[in-house]
Amino acid sequence: MSLLELRDLAVTYRTADGRVPAVRGVSLRLDEGQTLGIAGESGCGKSTLAAAVLRLLPRTATVTGEVLFQDEDVLTMRWGRLRAVRWAGASIVFQGAMHSLNPVQKIGKQIAEPILLHEPKVTPAAAAKRVASLLEQVGLPAWRANGYPHELSGGQKQRIMIAMALACSPNLIVADEPTTALDVMIQAQVLRLITGLVAERGISMIMISHDLSVLSVTCQRLAVMYAGRVVEEGPAHEVFTGAQHPYAQALAFAFPVIGDERSRLRPRGLGGDPPDPADLPSGCSFHPRCPVAEPECTSVETALWPAGPARVAACIRVRPDHAAASLSEEAG
Amino acid sequence: MTAPVKPAGPGPGTAGPGTAMLSADGVAVRFGGRGRRPAARAVDGVNLDIAAGEIVALVGESGCGKTTLARTLLGLEQPTAGQVRFAGEPLSYRTGALKAYRRAVQLILQDPTGSLNPRHTVYEAVAEGVRIHRLGDEERRVADALARCGLRPPERFFQRYPHELSGGQRQRVVISGALVLEPQVLVADEPVASLDASVRGEILSLLLRLRDDLGLAALVVTHDLGLAWNIADRLAVMYLGRIVEVGTPEQVFASPRHPYTRALMSVLPESPGEPVVLTGEPPDATRIPAGCRFHPRCPELASGAAAAAGVDSQCRGVALPVLPAAAPGSRSMAACHLADVTPEPDDAP
Repeated sequence: MSLLELRDLAVTYRTADGRVPAVRGVSLRLDEGQTLGIAGESGCGKSTLAAAVLRLLPRTATVTGEVLFQDEDVLTMRWGRLRAVRWAGASIVFQGAMHSLNPVQKIGKQIAEPILLHEPKVTPAAAAKRVASLLEQVGLPAWRANGYPHELSGGQKQRIMIAMALACSPNLIVADEPTTALDVMIQAQVLRLITGLVAERGISMIMISHDLSVLSVTCQRLAVMYAGRVVEEGPAHEVFTGAQHPYAQALAFAFPVIGDERSRLRPRGLGGDPPDPADLPSGCSFHPRCPVAEPECTSVETALWPAGPARVAACIRVRPDHAAASLSEEAG
Repeated sequence: MTAPVKPAGPGPGTAGPGTAMLSADGVAVRFGGRGRRPAARAVDGVNLDIAAGEIVALVGESGCGKTTLARTLLGLEQPTAGQVRFAGEPLSYRTGALKAYRRAVQLILQDPTGSLNPRHTVYEAVAEGVRIHRLGDEERRVADALARCGLRPPERFFQRYPHELSGGQRQRVVISGALVLEPQVLVADEPVASLDASVRGEILSLLLRLRDDLGLAALVVTHDLGLAWNIADRLAVMYLGRIVEVGTPEQVFASPRHPYTRALMSVLPESPGEPVVLTGEPPDATRIPAGCRFHPRCPELASGAAAAAGVDSQCRGVALPVLPAAAPGSRSMAACHLADVTPEPDDAP
């Protein structure tokens, strides 16, 4: 059964320079207990997408399409219902979230706040008990509840944010770059903690990152976004090791596998610059940077074509008639 | 085509191949320590040589002292013990001498947006160093540096402001600003950490190309082991103020000898086997443990492997010597009691 389903979601920001499309028609489905990674470079719309799931976008954003959370459309939900869904149904761990802790409030109080707000029957004493067990689950001693955020390191603060996200036992966690700006060892600790808790409690998760190698080990499925659209989606490990869209390939090669002779002293990048969302290229929006672009790419209308079992990719090279077309050209 | 920029630093900056261009010789840096509080031993005895045309990656967790070591090599911090040598000469901290030194050894920081003045055009940002060092021929130098960093045609970028550029282009402008002074060494602190994955490879390729074309040496400070694999000739792993393992990336990654290096490698996403996630935060430089400084977090000591080899009491009580700077032959060097007594499988010649 699907827990979250995005249907043709589009988000456009109104800015001084006109309307800027950030997300341009994304359809994704997340089953109960499933984990989905969303990858892409800055400006590809991945964080906008995450915020749209909980209707957290600013007023300047116009959202169309549907966001079905447990078969209810978040976008048309009444305010009171939306408040109930946030935290208790789905919670979000933001990028650099450790900076969003209140510096003058004790940690325990901050974690207890959503519990007391969403479950009026819970007494403060019972909430404090739950805070202690949440802290233990994220690997911090319970006495930290009486401390202040400045007493913690970056990794510990990120653990607090995870504890808060879990406070109301949500069905879905959206984690937006949860380990960016953390050290390798701390990143490993936090990732391990998140994946462990998600698996143990059967929570679904959407994790957003630009690091495909991280997503490939923490998530079951992986969607790669470029210029506001999903360009490839499939089982995480298969997309990481055998991407079909040239952009997904470039992202996969960006972080080398240590020991792989092909990448030794040969860093691989992608030429060109990310597209300007206000002025997108015609046809396939990736064609100006694409190493294997064909003449047709400047005008073709791309769609997500099947690219193997449970996989799709938006590149004309996987389009069913493409191989046949090029073969007949060669013959002719 | 643009004329090649030749490295032409000040003074005796003509170290031959193989000799150290920039070296740290027993460098230690302490902070604070007034009153009853203990001093922080941020860098606690480091020997490190960087040869001409060599790229050395310095990796470690936050707080291990890698940035302090880089700042000391740049002359921004004076060592409390030991010395920094450039082309064989000890670094002088007089203002005039430092100015010449800072032309030869240039710094590139992590966040290009923070390194560029938002109200200066690309031209002004790159030309600033030329003006400070009164090199003359400003426009040609700026154009050459921009073109060399892949901003072509350079004239098109002269009047652009940082906000009009992408992150990758901004980092290219920052590198151009360093390159325009024709340095011999670049010190780059996390040069790609704030850049997008797709741009990362392009900037790393640029650093490699500058090394190949101009013979630039570089010290790249990072916590990204993949970066070391991508571009470094040599890799130094730092822990709590000391270098604990040093060797070529092939040596270190194929057979890491220090348990800390092994732990760092095991937590990489695609690495095989069970990750060795070290518990706890990186330790405190004001309280360096006795014996091996890694012993309180060492998985080999905790698992009893050190005891089985009979070195556990040394781990807890006997301090390790500082690793020498001299490049060894075929294997990496590690500051570990256990590695000293463990025979290498490929020891035979």
